[in-house]
Amino acid sequence: MLDYLKLAGLGIVAVLAAIAANYARDLAYQVNALTVMLAAGIVFLWVLRTAGDARPNLQHEYFDDVVRAGAIATAFWGIVGFLVGVVIASQLAFPQLNFEFLQGFGNFGRLRPLHTSAVIFAFGGNALIMSSFYIVQRTSAARLFGGSLGWFVFWGWQLVIVLAATGYVLGATQGKEYAEPVWYVDILITAVWVAFLIAFMGTLFKRKEPHIYVANWFLLSMILTVAMLHLVNNAAIPVSIFGSAQVQLYSGVQDAMVQWWYGHNAVGFFLTAGFLGMMYYFVPKQVDRPIFSYKLSIIHFWALIFLYIWAGPHHLHYTALPDWASTLGMVFSVILWMPSWGGMINGLMTLSGAWDKLRTDPIIRMMVVSIGFYGMSTFEGPMMSIKAVNSLSHYTDWTIGHVHSGALGWNGMITFGVLYYLVPRLWNRERLYSLTLVSWHFWLATIGIVLYASSMWVTGIMEGLMWREVDANGYLVNAFADTVAAKFPMYVVRALGGGLFLTGALIMCWNLWMTVRAQPARATQHAAVPAE
Amino acid sequence: METYSFLRHLADSWFLLAMTLGFLGLCLWAFRPGSRAAHQDVATSIFRNDDHPAEANPAKKEG
Repeated sequence: MLDYLKLAGLGIVAVLAAIAANYARDLAYQVNALTVMLAAGIVFLWVLRTAGDARPNLQHEYFDDVVRAGAIATAFWGIVGFLVGVVIASQLAFPQLNFEFLQGFGNFGRLRPLHTSAVIFAFGGNALIMSSFYIVQRTSAARLFGGSLGWFVFWGWQLVIVLAATGYVLGATQGKEYAEPVWYVDILITAVWVAFLIAFMGTLFKRKEPHIYVANWFLLSMILTVAMLHLVNNAAIPVSIFGSAQVQLYSGVQDAMVQWWYGHNAVGFFLTAGFLGMMYYFVPKQVDRPIFSYKLSIIHFWALIFLYIWAGPHHLHYTALPDWASTLGMVFSVILWMPSWGGMINGLMTLSGAWDKLRTDPIIRMMVVSIGFYGMSTFEGPMMSIKAVNSLSHYTDWTIGHVHSGALGWNGMITFGVLYYLVPRLWNRERLYSLTLVSWHFWLATIGIVLYASSMWVTGIMEGLMWREVDANGYLVNAFADTVAAKFPMYVVRALGGGLFLTGALIMCWNLWMTVRAQPARATQHAAVPAE
Repeated sequence: METYSFLRHLADSWFLLAMTLGFLGLCLWAFRPGSRAAHQDVATSIFRNDDHPAEANPAKKEG
């Protein structure tokens, strides 16, 4: 019966999408409508072919198929996101790469949101969904709640990525940083995210362990907060139901404040709390000892929850935002330094008594460097939020460097570590194909990040100083184009660093592929159980 | 009083106090007597149930 309802629903979606494509007012909307029609059609065929099949009861097994799919998607979107990053870094260094025949599709302005969304929401988002589903099942000792709801979350999220990405290239955007997807994509995101919450919460509700492990607290706070941020920041009225344009509900400085309340908490909860959930599970597992201090992890959690939400105004220093609001944002940002470092110490000290593993296990090395970059960027961030520092750093490349030491160093490296941890286990392999290749990945990525961050410090501080330089009569010394010319060598170094990081990720994909293809399968426990 | 002024006043007085006390209370709660054993148990819970969900019957669960 349920299958018939699904078929009817999918058929209606496909027909409506076809109608929408016919009446489309812009190209991006038309392509998106056709994509939805195609997706609904494929799912329709799949449901039709499997309708009436017996569904075995799998409650005694973990739902790992969706985690495997998540690992593949994380690696795939990682490569896409890093590649677009290297392309736009090269476009900044060599503007000729904004080819004439790609004007309006492949120039920097169109590709830049494609890069940020691909790495944050496609690479990071799939890493979070994959880790959440893996962690919540293991720590609850229960199969994922909701039957195939996990598949809806996974495929729904891939559809969101494809719709958003094709939309950006064809010009559909809200123009809000990290919230570029247009209104109908936002509605789909909401549906997928609510399903994510139901699957996660449902698993917690039916857990067999008495306590909820702290990693789940971080992951759940990520899911809940992102839901709230998404709904408030994307409040908009579509111009037409057959077009991708919309009008924001807020205007002026209110809109700016809502945007950066969203923007900073996307960093704080999506890229920090969620990835801390990964750290609190996978670092103890890889080191094979419990977290250094469980009490500290609880205080770390509550301090982040109470503080992060206030830090957004530091993106709007010296603007139309009232002074008290930007001071408030600055103060909370500076206070945030302490709990962040508490979390860093908690992660690093989990290795106490096992530091020798750093020598032999490149995966732990990756996780430790990632926690180190977490500590570094959570020191740099509060410092840059101070008004006096911000007056120099804002609008310069220093901000870009800061973001990337957090994103490449913290989010990227911990995700690589998690992929190296998960793939042999998920595909039931004895071990990784090659630890030497993991070391190669580690050094390429680390050197790439160092080149990226240091070149952006130099160029950022340089252009900040050039912008404010005045002569004896009070006139500005440098034209904007002078700073652009002066930045060229650093831009080349930045593109080189990004290239090294991408190369490392490609080596990882080869290593993981060979792990699944060429490594012997682990002997299952069922194979030889001695009679007792 | 207009809504803005009321909320603005509430935010930096009683609500700020309530949130600060709430945060301190949550931190102190982590140090309650008997928390050490509970935290020890949950911190090591990640080393159980790696391959299969726990049995439906809790009596059969291994430590």
